[in-house]
Amino acid sequence: MAINVPLEAAAARVEIREGWLAVALAFCHRRPLGAAGAFVVVLMIAVALTATLIAPYDPLGVDFAAMLGRPSATHWLGTDSFGRDVLSRLIYGSRTALIVGFGAAFIGATAGAILGVGSAYFGGRIDLYLQRLMDVFISFPLIILALAMVAILGNNLPNLITAITIPMIPRCALVIRSSALSIREMPYVDAARAAGFGHARIILRHMLPNVMAPYLILLTAFLGQAILLEASLSFLGLGVQEPIAAWGLMLRGAAVDFAETAPWMAIFPGLAISLAVFAFNLFGDSLRDALDPKLRTL
Amino acid sequence: MTHRPSRTRVILLACLLVSVVLAPALTPAALAQEKPRSGGELIFPVPSEPPSYDGHREETFGWIHPWAPFYNTLLRVDPTDPSGTKPVPSLAERWTIADGGLTYTFQLRRGVKFHDGSEMTSKDVKATYDKIIFPPAGVGSTRKGQYAVVEAVEAPDPYTVRFRLKWPSAAFLASLASPWNAVYKADILAKDIHWYEKNVMGTGPFIFVEHVKGSHVIGKKNPNYWDKGKPYLDGFRALFVRDTAAQVAMIRGERAHIQFRSFTAAHRDSLVAALGDKIRVQESPWDCILLVAMNHEKKPFDDKRVRRALTLAIDRYAGSQALSKIAIVKEVAGALVPGTPYATAPDDLAKLAGYWPAIETSRAEAKRLLKEAGAEGLSFTFKNRGIPMPYEPLAVWMIDQWRQIGLNVKQEVIEAAAYFASLRRGEHEVAMDFQCGYIVEPDLDLYKFVSVDKNPANYSRYKDSVLDDLYVKQSRAVDPEERKKHIRAFEKRLLDEEAHYLMTLQWHRIVPHSSKVKGWQVTPSHYLNNTLDGVWLTE
Repeated sequence: MAINVPLEAAAARVEIREGWLAVALAFCHRRPLGAAGAFVVVLMIAVALTATLIAPYDPLGVDFAAMLGRPSATHWLGTDSFGRDVLSRLIYGSRTALIVGFGAAFIGATAGAILGVGSAYFGGRIDLYLQRLMDVFISFPLIILALAMVAILGNNLPNLITAITIPMIPRCALVIRSSALSIREMPYVDAARAAGFGHARIILRHMLPNVMAPYLILLTAFLGQAILLEASLSFLGLGVQEPIAAWGLMLRGAAVDFAETAPWMAIFPGLAISLAVFAFNLFGDSLRDALDPKLRTL
Repeated sequence: MTHRPSRTRVILLACLLVSVVLAPALTPAALAQEKPRSGGELIFPVPSEPPSYDGHREETFGWIHPWAPFYNTLLRVDPTDPSGTKPVPSLAERWTIADGGLTYTFQLRRGVKFHDGSEMTSKDVKATYDKIIFPPAGVGSTRKGQYAVVEAVEAPDPYTVRFRLKWPSAAFLASLASPWNAVYKADILAKDIHWYEKNVMGTGPFIFVEHVKGSHVIGKKNPNYWDKGKPYLDGFRALFVRDTAAQVAMIRGERAHIQFRSFTAAHRDSLVAALGDKIRVQESPWDCILLVAMNHEKKPFDDKRVRRALTLAIDRYAGSQALSKIAIVKEVAGALVPGTPYATAPDDLAKLAGYWPAIETSRAEAKRLLKEAGAEGLSFTFKNRGIPMPYEPLAVWMIDQWRQIGLNVKQEVIEAAAYFASLRRGEHEVAMDFQCGYIVEPDLDLYKFVSVDKNPANYSRYKDSVLDDLYVKQSRAVDPEERKKHIRAFEKRLLDEEAHYLMTLQWHRIVPHSSKVKGWQVTPSHYLNNTLDGVWLTE
């Protein structure tokens, strides 16, 4: 027996590994676009994690001798108006995009999920008041509400994440609530209630796990939106501030002034934003198709 | 033998005949090009908008550019003088100086009407200057400290105004040409001294039509303007546009005639390339500089070693060469505009901390001072004003310079209207500040740096009685050489010994405008020549 336990555990690990691998391969096979999106997302995460190792230059280092340099062997994507290496700033900018993107999307989706499930579970006046409050927030376009939040809170990184998170909460809460309403009527929820479990336990243990599919779909969709919002706010001068490397920030100021003479300053950050948002959206859509029972073919 | 005219004589005669025939036709046309033409609406973008309509309390060109055309001042700076240093008559027709420079008496023009039809008299000028110099509690007057020399303003008869001074001041006439000192109506001020914060009514060449917040200001020609024949324009439209690229696009697309503040050298080049002879460029050194205020009330900036380290880290000479290509800055400057009579010569400037020619020596000294002060690797937040040009590029540059002596600096950009409120509350550690003058005169340019209890706009928030004494000494010095000596001592204490403030680079003004715009002259101040009375459009 003493020998069998590790062998069983190893066998189980292999099974799990094979299981995940099989799922991943099947996903790639059936949804190549989604797989391409996932690849870009993974690549972006890898670049962000290894930025200090792979960036050829200090992203903040001003070098007037190299200012407005066109793409070359020394600076692959050229330099900006301060002589800073565009490639290095793009690499470090992926960190900013992911920190804001993941931060805002995770907090927004999670808070929205808790509010949505809670609203559906309790129903009655709580549901009524919460939904009207959500209606108020959702009536504002995403960018307008984020702009208002930044104007109120100020424009540092934590405030930026908060400003992007707040408009996402009601959007997530509404979707999750609609899923949770049907779950609330399930026999196992009634059984849990009959067994005398508390509200928190029923919500957290029995309802939340069952809304994970829409939650994950919303999370990936929000990631792309959050990256785009961060870039938009930074472009407007209301997001991340210089000299921090951020894609939206790289598009403003001198990038506009020198759009004709040094187009690389705007082209590459613009491409990075487009690619990242496109990748997250592709991945999110494929995930929805894979996880939604009505559309499931995987 | 018949005499035949030579060939040369024939040609000369032909030329003469052609000239006689064509002269009447050509001369009026040629003259007409220079003769001002009436009509048309001048359109210009303004990158800033003021919090109120009262020029006596405002500090931004966002007031000057759209609101100055509605008013007149007692004197004005000669609009045709590129140096922008000569006070000339405006509402005052002439003046006399008596009692050894202690009494200035001004004779006012007769027949000057406010836009409501009432006559402007000395009562209005006195009420205006009483509001500026001796404002009642609760009434803002940003520049009242510049008139500390004034003991009393008197109106002995309807067309005479007299200023009695406490001591002779060489700068007094210049201070009366301030474009901020719009003459208001006394009766209105008597009823409600805050009326002009929300309303417009002056004697200027244009009458206020409307202000739509965040959008535009419209003015129409004053048909009863006292300077007969002026203004030439039917009206003007000032459009509030913050974004520089949008302003450039407006000029390029010929949807606006001029932006009176400045563009960068790159913008100038792109506009000239796109519009050719449809654009005319006027340039000038600019009486503006960005400063860094280091709050003496916050540690460790109460320690002059730390402040000296911050200025020693900056390579102004390299910065000047590079930043002049991408921002509206150029010359390395001390406390006064380079090239003006009281400015420090480059050789003397190079002896001050932060201006040493060898940047390695400077930075080594900066690191030594930080170590000695126990501030190695210091981290702080640098507050900056939310106006992109030139605040943003200079901030990026300075943060990089400070990084090179091991400092860790984070920038916080604050929207322009909230920015000064934050500075006045003294919440900052280190902040970008600016000094812009309407006329190059040491009294006006150095007043910024007297102690905070005398000038609340001193955002380094120090009290330095030695510096205050030097300011008074230079102000009262009649002999230019003696004045220079005091100014040098003032500057050395300000920038070197105490390092109270840190100077960046002097601005350089570049105004590319439609070649249709005539009658406007660039000067070293973007606060001057915005009454628009002499401006006209060729078509």
